[in-house]
Amino acid sequence: MSELKKLTLIVALLIAVILLLTAFVPRMMGLTPEWGGADTAAANKIGEMSDYKPWFSPLWEPPSGEIETLLFSLQAAIGAGIIGYIAGLYTGRKEKNRDNP
Amino acid sequence: MHIMEGFLPLVWVIFWYCVSAPFIVYGIWRLKKVVNEHPESKPMLAVAGAFAFVLSSLKIPSVTGSCSHPTGTGFGAIVFGPAITSVISVIVLLYQALLLAHGGITTLGANVFSMGIAGPFVAYLAYKTLRGIAGFNIAVFAAATLGDLATYVTTSIQLALAFPAPVGGVLKSFLGFSGIFAITQMPLAIIEGLVTMLLLRYLLALKPDVFRAFHISDKSKLAEA
Repeated sequence: MSELKKLTLIVALLIAVILLLTAFVPRMMGLTPEWGGADTAAANKIGEMSDYKPWFSPLWEPPSGEIETLLFSLQAAIGAGIIGYIAGLYTGRKEKNRDNP
Repeated sequence: MHIMEGFLPLVWVIFWYCVSAPFIVYGIWRLKKVVNEHPESKPMLAVAGAFAFVLSSLKIPSVTGSCSHPTGTGFGAIVFGPAITSVISVIVLLYQALLLAHGGITTLGANVFSMGIAGPFVAYLAYKTLRGIAGFNIAVFAAATLGDLATYVTTSIQLALAFPAPVGGVLKSFLGFSGIFAITQMPLAIIEGLVTMLLLRYLLALKPDVFRAFHISDKSKLAEA
């Protein structure tokens, strides 16, 4: 197995371990995980600490959770598409160079 | 790490815009220079931007029982340096502020400082420091992990400065916010470090010469990698 393949395997295993721990650690610490967003948690904490009221609201908000998911997926898809395209481009060039040295 | 829209008092909105603006201006100048002198770097610039797009869209559960997302800026900081990465982060943060109501226009200056300046700067310094000592893989992993964490520590500092605790002041408030942000972020930062290292290794295997003109450049280290 090539070094890069070994490295890929190690990374995949480590990520799997981290995610497994994530599933069990909160309950072991006696927390009831809600899996909410940290941004919102911070905003709530500001509300608890002071009587601060946000003075500006977002210009536009996704009308529903479904549409928000759509736009988040779109963000990931755009990024993944670009990375895949360029990795493919380089792979193709490399093969071409190997065929016609 | 997004400070939500309207959640910074006006003074701090102006302060963070003023702090971030010079970095962005310098970043745009650097970006133009790199594109002019090394047009072959354009695909790799696109990858740096795309990587930040993907990673910052993934909300991942963490050991604290809440979800947060990586930043994806370590990659850009290592390959192109922190200034160019700042410009990339503006694009990502604008997308999320305008289309997702994550972060905001008033908090953009502060969010650009944490995600686009503090994080990439830490990542860049960590990479430069560790590359010669610990080898390529570990240097990249540590740089991306520390950069990610630095972003969330910075957000905690920004909120603590704007909202000091009535008893205990800025420090107590900082500990509270870092409990929400920095601790949640630890496993995510490690994941970001691992994925960044893997992507860089794959790209190096495909096109070893593409990094020569940039920060990653020295050939001796590339040969070992």
